[in-house]
Amino acid sequence: MRARAYQRKIDIKNGRVDLSHGAGGRAMAQLISGLFHEAFGNEWLARGNDQAAFDVDAGRMVMTTDSYVVSPLFFPGGNIGSLAVHGTVNDVAMGGARPLYLSASFIIEEGFRFSDLKTIADSMGEAARAAGVYIITGDTKVVERGKADGVFVSMTGVGALADGLDLSAEKIRVGDRVLVSGSLGDHGAAIMSRRQNLAFETEIASDSAALHDLVSLMVAAGGSSIRVMRDPTRGGLAALLNEIAHQSGLGFRLQEEAIPVKPAVAAACELLGLDPLYVANEGKLVAIVAPDMADAVLAAMRAHPLGRDAADIGEAVTDNHQFVQLSTSFGGGRIVDWLWGEQLPRIC
Amino acid sequence: MKYADEFRDKTIAQGLARAIGAEAKSQRDYRFMEFCGGHTHAIFRYGLEDILPANVRMIHGPGCPVCVLPASRIDMAIRLAELPQVTLCIYGDLMRVPGSQGKSLLSAKAFGADIRMVYSTLDAILIAEQAPNREVVFFAIGFETTTPPTAVMIRLAEKKWLKNVSVFCNHVLTPAAMHSILEGQDIHNGGRIEVDGFLGPAHVSTIIGTKPYEVLAEKFGKPIVIGGFEPLDMMQAILMLVRQVNESRYEVENQYSRAVTRKGNRRAKEKVSDIFEVRDQFEWRGLGLVPHSGLKLKQAYAQFDAEMRFAMHEVRVADNPTCECGAILRGLKGPVDCKLFGTVCTPETPIGSCMVSSEGACAAHWTYGRFRIIN
Repeated sequence: MRARAYQRKIDIKNGRVDLSHGAGGRAMAQLISGLFHEAFGNEWLARGNDQAAFDVDAGRMVMTTDSYVVSPLFFPGGNIGSLAVHGTVNDVAMGGARPLYLSASFIIEEGFRFSDLKTIADSMGEAARAAGVYIITGDTKVVERGKADGVFVSMTGVGALADGLDLSAEKIRVGDRVLVSGSLGDHGAAIMSRRQNLAFETEIASDSAALHDLVSLMVAAGGSSIRVMRDPTRGGLAALLNEIAHQSGLGFRLQEEAIPVKPAVAAACELLGLDPLYVANEGKLVAIVAPDMADAVLAAMRAHPLGRDAADIGEAVTDNHQFVQLSTSFGGGRIVDWLWGEQLPRIC
Repeated sequence: MKYADEFRDKTIAQGLARAIGAEAKSQRDYRFMEFCGGHTHAIFRYGLEDILPANVRMIHGPGCPVCVLPASRIDMAIRLAELPQVTLCIYGDLMRVPGSQGKSLLSAKAFGADIRMVYSTLDAILIAEQAPNREVVFFAIGFETTTPPTAVMIRLAEKKWLKNVSVFCNHVLTPAAMHSILEGQDIHNGGRIEVDGFLGPAHVSTIIGTKPYEVLAEKFGKPIVIGGFEPLDMMQAILMLVRQVNESRYEVENQYSRAVTRKGNRRAKEKVSDIFEVRDQFEWRGLGLVPHSGLKLKQAYAQFDAEMRFAMHEVRVADNPTCECGAILRGLKGPVDCKLFGTVCTPETPIGSCMVSSEGACAAHWTYGRFRIIN
């Protein structure tokens, strides 16, 4: 009945966001009620408070926050909305926790189409329902045209952590195995295929997905033999393993032949002079697992659709320099170094 | 991956490595320069050094257009981009190259310069059409491979009557640079190059063919084998070089026959010669002034020449005197022989040309191969 207080419904088909939709007045209330509440629909949000109170399980909670500024906003396999939910759910899940609640903050550029905003919000709602989490509070700001790139989304997520689970890079030991849940670089390649001025024909779709179910299976199979889990988003596998090497004080030795990369992704990277090991993923995880339990965890991963192509790609080694080294499929060796700046296409 | 995996077969590579090992005489060393940065990149990416015999060594040459662009040209581009009416279109790997004051186009962009990263010359045309009130300048760079697209761009701008398009031309020529390296001129570290042969550029040769190298092989008595960028291509080309050395031959041979002919691509060469002419000299970072090694727009196309249009002036900037790039590019020294390598000169803070782009000899050593140096 509350919706009756708003005289005019927003014109989702033809309308656009204007500055009044962020000004705190009726227009903003209409936008929140008529678009975001519709898409996210849950009992906490429906109360319309500036915060949401929720019950917590006994034990430890985890919390994460992230901002999503992807361009283009829509890409094969998802959009910024579903990406934000998956990314935040995954950040919670990588701690071994069960994701519960999310917040969503939108910075929208004046002139942005309601229809696009609705598509984004709907896919967020759908992604959250599929993951069994709730978007229970949020915020909306509208900035002048030219001051944002369409829409930015910030999300915070909280989750519950099972007793006894404490994943951390410092627990890694020499001989631990490096497992990946599937093929690398799909998201980055899908995004690049739709970038302005770079469009190329491909069937590559983003791998954007919520990984918490996969994580549950892994934790059930491996428990505390799983030393650490991370999702290789920006900077890809290379950045992630360099970061973990630095935190653990060890190095990694990888086998290039074991690293799964789809032929279409490899071809796109070849075309652009990029290395798939540095390209972003949004639905993959890397787990460092004690050697005696690695096969069991790998089997658990492969039993889940999102881990079907999981692979054991290498091991932790003693290395004072904390290098990530790669035995190439060609029979040579090289470092997989930190990236300096953004990976940019080469001239020739 | 079709047309790539066939040239990356491990078993064939090991066979080629054995063949090179059998051909290479144990009592001597073989030092081959790969001129092109694409080869340097592939050598490190596939770890080729590990499967070659110890007495067959690759020396990384100057063939990376980003590496050899002098700081003065980056300074000029930054000054140009800072003009309020100018939109500068550049290829991505130019973004981080430092000018003389350490400032890059990336930092100029952060300070408000309108700099757009493009993937083809035609992107610059589109930008110019969409912004008729802006002066759109394309930062043209590269060897003979990337020059034809710049020529096509100028032709298209002419055809479309676009008045707001120009080109800042930095195209350079491979044979002239090889000639200069072999002669050992204009190099502060001095010394004649010590190589036994060249692994010649693949992409460049698809345009110019193999003929322009014949005079070099003859004059300097050095074998040149044009080789593709795939690892098996390079291994086969190295085997061909070893055989030439053993047989005291110095010919131009073509391993990359699936793409390269003796005469090259006639249409591409015509398009380039219609629009460009050779400069008397052009500065190369690390090599100094190299005669007849760069291109500029012909007078008939002066309206598209950004250097004329904006009265741009080059102020030469001396390379860092402690930098050993000149000697490294000539094979006289290796990256680790330079005092700056890995200390003040790293990929994050490049001082010399060899560290500037990922294809440079020092950058490749640092990024892919420093475990060999440290461990």
